[in-house]
Amino acid sequence: MGKQYETVIGLEVHVELATKTKIFCGCTTAFGGAPNTHTCPVCTGMPGSLPVLNRQVLAYAVAVGLATNCDITRYCKFDRKNYFYPDNPQNYQISQLYLPICRNGKVEIETENGKKAIGIHEIHMEEDAGKMLHDELDDYSLVDYNRSGVPLIEIVSEPDMRSAEEVIAYLEKLRMLIQYLGASDCKMQEGSMRADVNLSVREAGALEYGTRTEMKNLNSFSAITRAIAGETARQIDLIEAGEKVVQETRRWDDNVGKSYAMRSKEDAQDYRYFPDPDLVPIVVSDEFLQEIKGKQPEFREEKMARYKEEFDIPAYDIDIITGSKHMADLFEETVALGAQPKKVSNWLMVETLRLLKENNMDPEDIRFSPKNLAGLIKLTDAKAINSTVAKEVFEEMFKNDIDPEKYVEEKGLKTVNDEGALRKTVEEVIANNPQSVEDYRNGKEKAIGFLVGQTMKAMKGKADPSMVNQLLKELL
Amino acid sequence: MANIISDETIEYVGILAKLELSAKEREEAKKDMGRMLDYIDKLGELDTEGVEPMSHIFPVQNVFREDVVTNGDTRDEILKNAPKEKDGMFVVPKTFD
Repeated sequence: MGKQYETVIGLEVHVELATKTKIFCGCTTAFGGAPNTHTCPVCTGMPGSLPVLNRQVLAYAVAVGLATNCDITRYCKFDRKNYFYPDNPQNYQISQLYLPICRNGKVEIETENGKKAIGIHEIHMEEDAGKMLHDELDDYSLVDYNRSGVPLIEIVSEPDMRSAEEVIAYLEKLRMLIQYLGASDCKMQEGSMRADVNLSVREAGALEYGTRTEMKNLNSFSAITRAIAGETARQIDLIEAGEKVVQETRRWDDNVGKSYAMRSKEDAQDYRYFPDPDLVPIVVSDEFLQEIKGKQPEFREEKMARYKEEFDIPAYDIDIITGSKHMADLFEETVALGAQPKKVSNWLMVETLRLLKENNMDPEDIRFSPKNLAGLIKLTDAKAINSTVAKEVFEEMFKNDIDPEKYVEEKGLKTVNDEGALRKTVEEVIANNPQSVEDYRNGKEKAIGFLVGQTMKAMKGKADPSMVNQLLKELL
Repeated sequence: MANIISDETIEYVGILAKLELSAKEREEAKKDMGRMLDYIDKLGELDTEGVEPMSHIFPVQNVFREDVVTNGDTRDEILKNAPKEKDGMFVVPKTFD
């Protein structure tokens, strides 16, 4: 049997903050504007322009730091990281090296061997770069600075993870905390959460770390999982062949399932960090810290425990509902409007999840309001609409957040509870379908289903099927 | 001059600053840089024991903006600073990472 190896992983996670404006200027951070329409002299690095820190960036960074059990640096400042690349118009990125806002934190993850703490080395604030566009045929590149100056926090973990499962659990944990704080939507596919993986291998039981590589361009949890497997195997192969792992940055190509060296340490950049003289130091006061602490939300674990106490719904439902802050809010607000928790949960677990999946949407994208969901449940409770109609109304609500009561009224979807009218229709259906009637009378129980269907059709779906059933049985 | 700048150093600084220097410019730069470092060394003569390093000379801290959009679309103005533009974007030499 060959040697046993252990994989050692640390992550650098960049999270785009959900501010309305950029970190140092009043330009919008809105997505999808025409190129360079969200720019100004500050975020295009014009000489003489002066950056001023967005207070909300600091508030979010401190909130994330508190949620990850970090020490908050009470006297902190910004530094310039110098490098030349056209996506960076100032030729330096404003970041934090010497006094990052948060240090020495940790989060707890669930592993197959129980709980495990993952250390957080630091969290710092910095600005994003612009976007480069290349066309193979052209001999130039184009730059759009709309993303330049969008606020980021970079969360640097300790090398505490040992498997892809632990990495995913850690990322999920960060995502939950940050989404609950409303500090970011943390969508990996859209780039609002990005992870670089630092990975090394060593013989099981060794005390020293092996030489690590840094992998970039990982856009999904599954890409991260594949990249970790690929890089672990590559490094073990090198070691087994008696070669050395080179400390370098590698780019993962998920289509090919291979990583490629981007730059090695020999030509590593000398960033010549120094304090940014344009930005004054930040002193985090007791008042500011108290203000942020006072606004920390109920996080997922606490919420799950409370739901278990308060609501009679299955653990599975609780897991799904609290897996999205937006869905948990929707659930709680609908219940607060008087709807029965189990019914609210059912609409979320069945129809909502189905429609999300069909439309390739995240729970965060749900648009219907608690008020309208509560309204729909009220209509079904009062038997004003049957379950088929309710589903149809729900689909409309999911799409356009319509008021179910008005919609049912306008479309005339209300169940006909007038027994006389229903009885008349049932009698007609019986008269028009002698064959089924005979089948039923000869003991073919299933035939009644066809008659119910015919009656529902004649009533344009606006009857209560159980009432139809009852009437049919009575009249047959 | 107490600080002698080597050829390797000036070469390295040139790479970092993306400057191409002629042989004559290089010699001048070596002298200039040596003199600058001598001047900075003067500060080392001061006793700074127990003095916190400062990053800013003004007694100002916590200058913030509120998170409110104040800038509109000034693309045309911004693009006037571009040596070349195309499709509303800055044209730069072909660059790949």
